[in-house]
Amino acid sequence: MIDYIPLWLINSWEWLPVDIQTVVIILAKIVIIVLPLMLVVAYTTYAERKIIGFMQVRIGPNRVGFFGFRLWGLGQPIADTVKMMMKEIIIPTKSSKFLFLIAPILSIGPALAAWAVIPFDRGMVLSDLDAGLLYVLALTSVGVYGVIIAGWASNSKYAILSALRAGAQIVAYEIAMGFALVGVLMAGGSLNIGDIVEAQSGGVWNWFVVWMPPLFLVYFISGVAETNRAPFDVAEGESEIVAGFHVEYSGMAFAIFFLAEYANIILISALTALLFMGGWLSPFEGWAFAEGTFLASTSMLWFFAKTSFFIFCFLWFRATFPRYRYDQIMRLGWKVFIPITIIWIFVEAIFALMQIGPWAV
Amino acid sequence: MNKSIAHFFKSFFLWELLKGLSVTGRYLFARKITVQYPEEKTPMSPRFRGLHALRRYANGEERCIACKLCEAVCPALAITIDSEERDDGTRRTTRYDIDLFKCIYCGFCEEACPVDSIVETHIFEYHFEERGQNIMTKEMLLEIGDKHEEEIAANKQADAKYR
Repeated sequence: MIDYIPLWLINSWEWLPVDIQTVVIILAKIVIIVLPLMLVVAYTTYAERKIIGFMQVRIGPNRVGFFGFRLWGLGQPIADTVKMMMKEIIIPTKSSKFLFLIAPILSIGPALAAWAVIPFDRGMVLSDLDAGLLYVLALTSVGVYGVIIAGWASNSKYAILSALRAGAQIVAYEIAMGFALVGVLMAGGSLNIGDIVEAQSGGVWNWFVVWMPPLFLVYFISGVAETNRAPFDVAEGESEIVAGFHVEYSGMAFAIFFLAEYANIILISALTALLFMGGWLSPFEGWAFAEGTFLASTSMLWFFAKTSFFIFCFLWFRATFPRYRYDQIMRLGWKVFIPITIIWIFVEAIFALMQIGPWAV
Repeated sequence: MNKSIAHFFKSFFLWELLKGLSVTGRYLFARKITVQYPEEKTPMSPRFRGLHALRRYANGEERCIACKLCEAVCPALAITIDSEERDDGTRRTTRYDIDLFKCIYCGFCEEACPVDSIVETHIFEYHFEERGQNIMTKEMLLEIGDKHEEEIAANKQADAKYR
């Protein structure tokens, strides 16, 4: 990313110690990633209301705009944010105050930190970690602590029930997700997300989704379950336990849970795009008609387009499917997904052994 | 056996789920039926029961003869009437209050009225800002009646043939 900063700007601060320069550059990169991410999160909530509205033959928010223009309600997320910030954070009397306040932070921290290893384009990554995928898996698991601590600290029956559900659900789907990623690792030959994407280069037929569709499905559905989204949102289950773990939260503390949920959605979408759909690689790579045009070139736009499609899928699922019963969720996780992934890992090993596929070892 | 194999493949390829997704996917592009309220409004039946009004005859005389049938029929006990003899010997109301908090807009008062005096209009966009404003007095009701007489008469006319 540093190539994009003009040279005179880099030279002008050479009097600073090198360590401080590095820290400043890293902080700048973090800001460059997190600020647009927050904006995207805000507008994902808008997209969600709009798309679900459209699918229910409604219009969705269309009133709040800018400077007297309505602009299809594009000002809605901004207005919502301002409203959230103005609201009081109510702390229940018998709650554990410290844990109550630290839970939202524990939940958004990992959701944002995982973006450190997400490459947006070739080499465009905050930290080119060799164990990137492992890091992402670790951090997405840590996210559940926020939920569990929130449920515990609230001192509310609904919240603790929801926390228990979320905990068990995430543990169950973490395994299926991990196994699905084992397949990706076998094919990619690396834990570095950038290398995994590069392993898929050479046209659509080399994308991992073509070679391991069951793993792709298991991964994406587990991702939906991991983020506690419909149809796996028993942790929120408004028909049974009001709002679940954040029932006692209000104002910005609640908004942070919300941000974390959407940041996680975007993260899972981005990971699916990277690991299975070739990330920034163009789907028209190697096609005659697109040769030489921007269509065939690798670019960030492809990555964003693919990520957007998966975010859309999250919203689409929410508009379509009714909520699973809790035991059905557990059955799906333990009895269906885990066996499927194990079987496909064997199939893939046979492929690799027989030198079929793009990853001939 | 054959059936269960078919079922297995159907569920394995997420067939039902894809079908569901295609339905919502189609509706994503369907024409939206939202009525954008303050700008657009749905058509209203002549029988619509909104805010109340007291009507007058064409010569300006109020219709109400203080028979108190509306007060008697009102299931929510929202109507309070006091009456006395006027100088010309007719019986008239001195007080005709409707508590809009109690009123359930059933329209029985309108049905009960022998002289078509108390009616429910098409007005449904109103609000109160202070305690006490929920009591509609006789003057207020007559004022609404005067203001919307044309519309009220037209609605009565439109519905008359079904009565």
